[in-house]
This record gives sequence, C-alpha cells and structure tokens, in this order.
Amino acid sequence: MSNESLDPRIRRLDLEHVKNGVQPTNSHWITFEVFHQEKRGRQAIHVGIVHAPSPEIALMFAKEQYARRKSTSNLWVVKSSEVFTFASEDEDIFETTPDKTFREPGFYKVRDRIEAYKNKHS
Amino acid sequence: MKNLILKMADDALIIGHRNSEWTGIGPLLEEDIAFSSMSQDKIGHAWALYRILNEELGGEDPDKAAFNRSVKDFTCCHLVEYPIGEFDFSLVRHFLMDKAEFHRYDLLLQSSFLPLVNLAKKVKGEIKYHVMHADTWMQQLANGNEESKARIQSALNLVYPIAFSLFEKQDDEQAVIEQKVFVGEDVLKSIWVDDIANRIKEFGLTIPSSIDSSAHLGGRKGYHTDHLEPLLKEMTEVFAIDPNAEW
Repeated sequence: MSNESLDPRIRRLDLEHVKNGVQPTNSHWITFEVFHQEKRGRQAIHVGIVHAPSPEIALMFAKEQYARRKSTSNLWVVKSSEVFTFASEDEDIFETTPDKTFREPGFYKVRDRIEAYKNKHS
Repeated sequence: MKNLILKMADDALIIGHRNSEWTGIGPLLEEDIAFSSMSQDKIGHAWALYRILNEELGGEDPDKAAFNRSVKDFTCCHLVEYPIGEFDFSLVRHFLMDKAEFHRYDLLLQSSFLPLVNLAKKVKGEIKYHVMHADTWMQQLANGNEESKARIQSALNLVYPIAFSLFEKQDDEQAVIEQKVFVGEDVLKSIWVDDIANRIKEFGLTIPSSIDSSAHLGGRKGYHTDHLEPLLKEMTEVFAIDPNAEW
C-alpha cells in the first residue's frame, strides 16, 4: 500500500520504503479523520485527525483530543485513505466560482430592482 | 456506612494520584492524556465522596481528609498503592479496578442512602468510558503480537490476585448490608469475578489458576504496602508547607 495519507506530518516523512510502496507493519499507524457532533441530529463537523492502530482506538484518542471540553453527542472516525478528494492541482476548477454571483440568493434581489428600473425608464 | 464511603474515596484518591504519574511519560501522547483525564475523574470521585462524608455524616473537610491523615488512617486497598510499573501493569490494574468500580456504582444505584445514589448516577458515564478504554486496549494488546499478548498475560497473572484486595470486608459491613446502603463486598466480588472471566476469555487470555485471594488484605484496616507512605508524602508535599493556606 502506498502512502496516500492526507496528514502532512506523514507526507513530509518521504521515507524510502514508503516511496517504494512497502508499508512496514507497526511502523506507523493508520490516520483517521475525526468528526465531532455536538448534539444528536446536528451535522458532524471535521475537527482534525488521530493516528491509531484500529478504529476502536482511534475513537478513544478522538475522545481524548477532541471531546475534552465542549459538549459532545458523538464522534466519528473515518480512515483518511477512505476520503476521496480532488487532486490539489485541480483546484482551478473552483477558481471562477466566487464570480458567479448569480448563484447567490442576494443576486436576484438586485436583479429585480434592475429589471424594475429598466421597465420604468424604457 | 462512613467506612464504606471513606474506603471508596481513598481508593479513588490513591489510584487517581498513581495514574496521574503517567502524565508526560505515557507510551503515546494520547494515552498520556487518557490516563491523566481519567485520573482527574478519579480525584473528582474522591472529592465527591469526601464531601458526602463532610456534609452528610459529620466528617472532616475534604482537603484535610485527603492531605492531612496519617498512613494508618487510610483505608485504600493494596491494589491502588503499587507503583505504575510498566504500561502493561497499569493497564491491567486499570482494567481490573474499573470493572469493579463500574459494578460497585451500578449496585449503589439501589442504595438506601440518597447521596450515594446521586453520585452513582453522576459518575455512570465517566466510569463506563474508563471501562471502555481499558477493554479497548486489553483487546488490542491481547491480540497484538506475541510479545504484547505475553506481557498482558503476565501482568494479569501478577495483578489478578492483588485485585481481590478491593473486596476486603470492613467490620461494620453487616450493618451496611442491613441498612440497604450497599449489598456487600461478596456480592460485588462474585459479579466482578464472572465479568472478568468472560472478558478475559474473549481476549483469548487465561485467568491465573490457584491464586491466594487473601494474600493482599489489610488495606481496609490501615495495614498498607510500603508504597503508600512515599506516595502520600509526595502528594501532601505542597499542602504540608502551610496546611492552613487559603487556595
């Protein structure tokens, strides 16, 4: 298994055996993304990562790190390798999105006023 | 009844202090934090119990109870006194002790003494997590590799007999049972023995056979291991500088 971790601390390692696609057992643990749910029914919000040898232990670590203070209803852990993402060099597909104000509800309010003005003065 | 509450408080205080010794030296950062947070919970339980003694039963101030008593006056069991050792020792002790704590508080939900019922309700979630944490690591290490399994098994062989010190009876136990404050140590012990046996089997480990379950008694009567006195000395070091200081 090659190292496709989303965690920069692992990516930064750039180890030879990782590059060769060989994962020595127990040399590093699985990275899990942690999601925190404040109240039952609310969305789970991504809060960070943990490293753990199993999902069960990942939940323990997640509780210790991300549920120490604020109120918590539940925690989710998901293997980082199970998270599918766009390639970072494809970020340009989102580049013009902020320009598309016609997709924002506020845009139509303005649009109505422009139309009204046009009709009045035509 | 005072004896029951005092020994529970002393157990919680001493194990809380002991396990806090993992702070900064845990095998993993997260376990460092886990042991520290669970220690804080235990100290919290001790404080709540000393407060019940103080507010309901004419006992002394919780701080004085914790920091101003001689070794002989402590009624904690031997299990909580031993040094943290290596992680296998501490984990197995945590597993064996928190299972007992879980069942003790569960039984106290039926107590005739309301402050204990209220406390039992309050700490239920915390202790459930302590048990969950211990179980998860026991499962992990018992099924890790040959070395981890062997280490957990030998720690179990060592700690299991000592754990019976948790259930040492006190002189007034009969009255506590008759007043329906607590069902008694024998009932708790038999629930614990069955539960531990089941879990240990699930982990693929073995309960040590032919143990002497009375080899580690005395704590409840003030006879302690040599490990308690240095612990108390360290724990009360700051308090002893000025016992009347306002915090």
